[in-house]
Amino acid sequence: MAQRKSLNVNGKSVRVTIDDPEMPLLYALRDNLALRGPRFGCGLGQCGACTVHVDGKAMRSCQLPLSRLTSSQRIVTLEGLGSPQQPHPVQKAFIDTQAAQCGYCINGMIMETVALLATNRKPSDADIRKALANNLCRCGTHVRILAAVKRAAGIA
Amino acid sequence: MNINVSRRDLLKGSGALVVSFSLVPAGDALAQGAAPAKPVALTELDSFLAIDARGQVMVYSGKVDLGTGITTALRQIVAEELDVPFSRIALLQGDSRLTPDQGKTWGSLTIQVGGMQLRNAAATARGALLEEAAKRLNAKKEDLKVADGVVSAGNKRITYGQLIGGKSFALKLDHAKPAQPKDPKDHTVVGKSIPRIDIPSKVTGRFAYIQDIRVPGMLHGRVVRPPAIGATLQSVDESSVKGVPGLVKVVRQGNFLGVVAQSEWGAITAAQKLKATWSAWQGLPEQAKLYEHVRATKVVQDQVTGNVGDTTAALSADGVRKLAATYDFAIHTHGSMGPSCAIAELKDGKLTSWSASQATHDLRKQLAEMLGMSADDVYCVYLEGSGCYGRNGHEDAAADAALLAKAVGRPVRVQWSRADEHGWDPKGPPTLIDLRAAIDTGGNVTAWESDFFIPQQTAGSFMVPLTGATLAGLPQKGDIAPGNVFQNSAIPYKFANVKTVCRRLESTPFRPSWIRTPGRMQNTYANECFMDELAAAAKVDPIEFRLKYLDPADRRGIEVLTRLKALAKWETRPSPQAGSGAGGNVARGRGVSYVKYELVRTYVGIVADVEVDRASGAIRVTRITMTHDCGQIINPDGVRNQVEGNIIQTLSRTLIEELKFDRSMVTSLDWASYPILTFPDVPEVVIELINQPNTPPWGAGEPSAAVVPSAISNAVYDATGVRLRSIPFTPDKVKAALRGGA
Repeated sequence: MAQRKSLNVNGKSVRVTIDDPEMPLLYALRDNLALRGPRFGCGLGQCGACTVHVDGKAMRSCQLPLSRLTSSQRIVTLEGLGSPQQPHPVQKAFIDTQAAQCGYCINGMIMETVALLATNRKPSDADIRKALANNLCRCGTHVRILAAVKRAAGIA
Repeated sequence: MNINVSRRDLLKGSGALVVSFSLVPAGDALAQGAAPAKPVALTELDSFLAIDARGQVMVYSGKVDLGTGITTALRQIVAEELDVPFSRIALLQGDSRLTPDQGKTWGSLTIQVGGMQLRNAAATARGALLEEAAKRLNAKKEDLKVADGVVSAGNKRITYGQLIGGKSFALKLDHAKPAQPKDPKDHTVVGKSIPRIDIPSKVTGRFAYIQDIRVPGMLHGRVVRPPAIGATLQSVDESSVKGVPGLVKVVRQGNFLGVVAQSEWGAITAAQKLKATWSAWQGLPEQAKLYEHVRATKVVQDQVTGNVGDTTAALSADGVRKLAATYDFAIHTHGSMGPSCAIAELKDGKLTSWSASQATHDLRKQLAEMLGMSADDVYCVYLEGSGCYGRNGHEDAAADAALLAKAVGRPVRVQWSRADEHGWDPKGPPTLIDLRAAIDTGGNVTAWESDFFIPQQTAGSFMVPLTGATLAGLPQKGDIAPGNVFQNSAIPYKFANVKTVCRRLESTPFRPSWIRTPGRMQNTYANECFMDELAAAAKVDPIEFRLKYLDPADRRGIEVLTRLKALAKWETRPSPQAGSGAGGNVARGRGVSYVKYELVRTYVGIVADVEVDRASGAIRVTRITMTHDCGQIINPDGVRNQVEGNIIQTLSRTLIEELKFDRSMVTSLDWASYPILTFPDVPEVVIELINQPNTPPWGAGEPSAAVVPSAISNAVYDATGVRLRSIPFTPDKVKAALRGGA
């Protein structure tokens, strides 16, 4: 039966009406809250396209049932980082490096990178590759994504 | 809460900045069924361009941006030729009512063909605008100057907006005899790395892909696929989904089974819970015997693509050394990151379909045929999806959405699951190639023969059958359409005796379609590996060996290889390198490959540096060096981005990818069972783009992929003295080859 669930998304308290508390966060963000940053890629936690931050940690929103989230946990999506007019430094690095082809996976790349740089401000090449090892890109944009992350970290 | 957007928002959301043009009522007028007074014929200037009273230029492109950035490049071509600022150009793509049918977006032809049609339209428009300006300004046409859409003669000025604003040009185009374009030395926009217009919105979550689009009153659908490709639906237990909140309908039509619900999660839940009984079906060949199956498949046509001299006699001549090898290339899936998605609405006998189809004009005909409608009553709108690299599941999702929308009388969005995409998108067919050659005592190649076992191409329309129509038993042409997979079976090398034959097969195990560089990749792989085998047999450096047999008049091909030697710091020596068969845990080597795409356009040379771990069999590609000549470059960074992508994607296909299946169905239904290359295995990539501003622009979306597999195989041979002839080059295959060949 329909029920309401409170969430904190991109700094705002929001309430969503849902039928199933086991629905993954991804669908609440996309279908209830009209967000486009988190993307459906596999629904299996294998590709990273749906990545969001929960209390600063990069999480796969397709694997996070709403029942496991509380209204005090801070959820941030790609939109919450910055805008085309005022991009987050990592977003800006991706723009400056032109690090996208179709761009469908880029949400995960950026969310993962922001989480990495929060704990490791000057990552090595190996650190970056490891941090992004579970984020898939089919267009083969990897070379540019690596360059963008290095630019964002100031090690380019 | 659902998100409602109007059609105007839809068009805006697609990334095409649709401004309200007086000539063409975009968006809302269409929703009311108003027929826009706009031509779409390739022979009409107004099909391609409109300029409004404010001087804003609207470009109508039948070629679409599949994530390659071409809408930025197409704008550059028009901005250059019209002399208007880049920022003043909007572009609408892939709209079956508003954009010309420039053919499918495939085959690395968007700039080469679509872009040149636009250049012709823009040059023709500029000429007409100057004629008119000369009259209005009472000046001679040759005395006029144009900058930023303003024509001036001395201190007299008139804008494009004043000259044409909102009116049609009503001029004909002849693309065989295009208007004189600008001299490339005057280019200021073409040739510049203008940043892609879509990237800021893509990296900030503002860009709307087809997966993000919602239309008023829309429901969510999912298709429930059979567990075996040819299974028959025997029964459906609707009580199994009774409690699913918001369930609207279980739709059954023949073997097509789907669910429609109010919410996306409701549709997913219903699709997971729905119990259905299907017949058994085991029509697929045994995977372990795939190539025996391919070889045993009936040949319906022997397509001779190269025939010089008498290879039979040359191969049996006295004193020649004969070589023979067989290569195979696995079945691949497109593997789009975002599974296919589409929305359809059937209202008052008219179907509107929103999808990421690479050919909305063709899709319109296919959907009409499937539903028994007139094509005039079907309207297809392109909205960018996840990169597709060919004909993936987008069109099939459009058919699914149309079937479900018809069944419920409401707009329905269909989002494929990961298993739908991996299991049901059409596949790149398995390819088997036999090669034979003769070398005389002087080390000269005297004969080259090849047989390519590839599926036939039925009819000429390249319409890949729609899965939904097949399952539902609805009418459609049952084409086999793998793409032009015969290309690059013929070779660029001048041997005295050559015979290259495509043995076109009656069938192939999975519904085929084109995946990036279809046929050209597989054929070039076999040809360039075998070329390397001949060079090694002749004990000649592989680049020198290629140069020896290239047409000396083919200056650009020779330049690509010559520059490659310098860029890669190539050491001239035969392969394999000394001591390659010796011990040591890690063997290092380099391999070269070359292609002249379809033997008529883009030239690519590549050197791959690899390390082979003898114990594990793992191949590590450390560096790719490439030279690339695609003629006049419109946007250098855009080309570079494509080339990098081709290299990395094809490394993945070469080293890792292989569709897995049992006798009933694809079994590699996710990224764990169909893995692709990840960041730890990405090599250094060094690219030199050779710009030829005074020549026509050629395609760059595919050619650089063609050379990757052979370069890897040749590098492994250089390192180890062992030939890899079966894609993918998995560690197990490498270890087996090392055991057998070292």
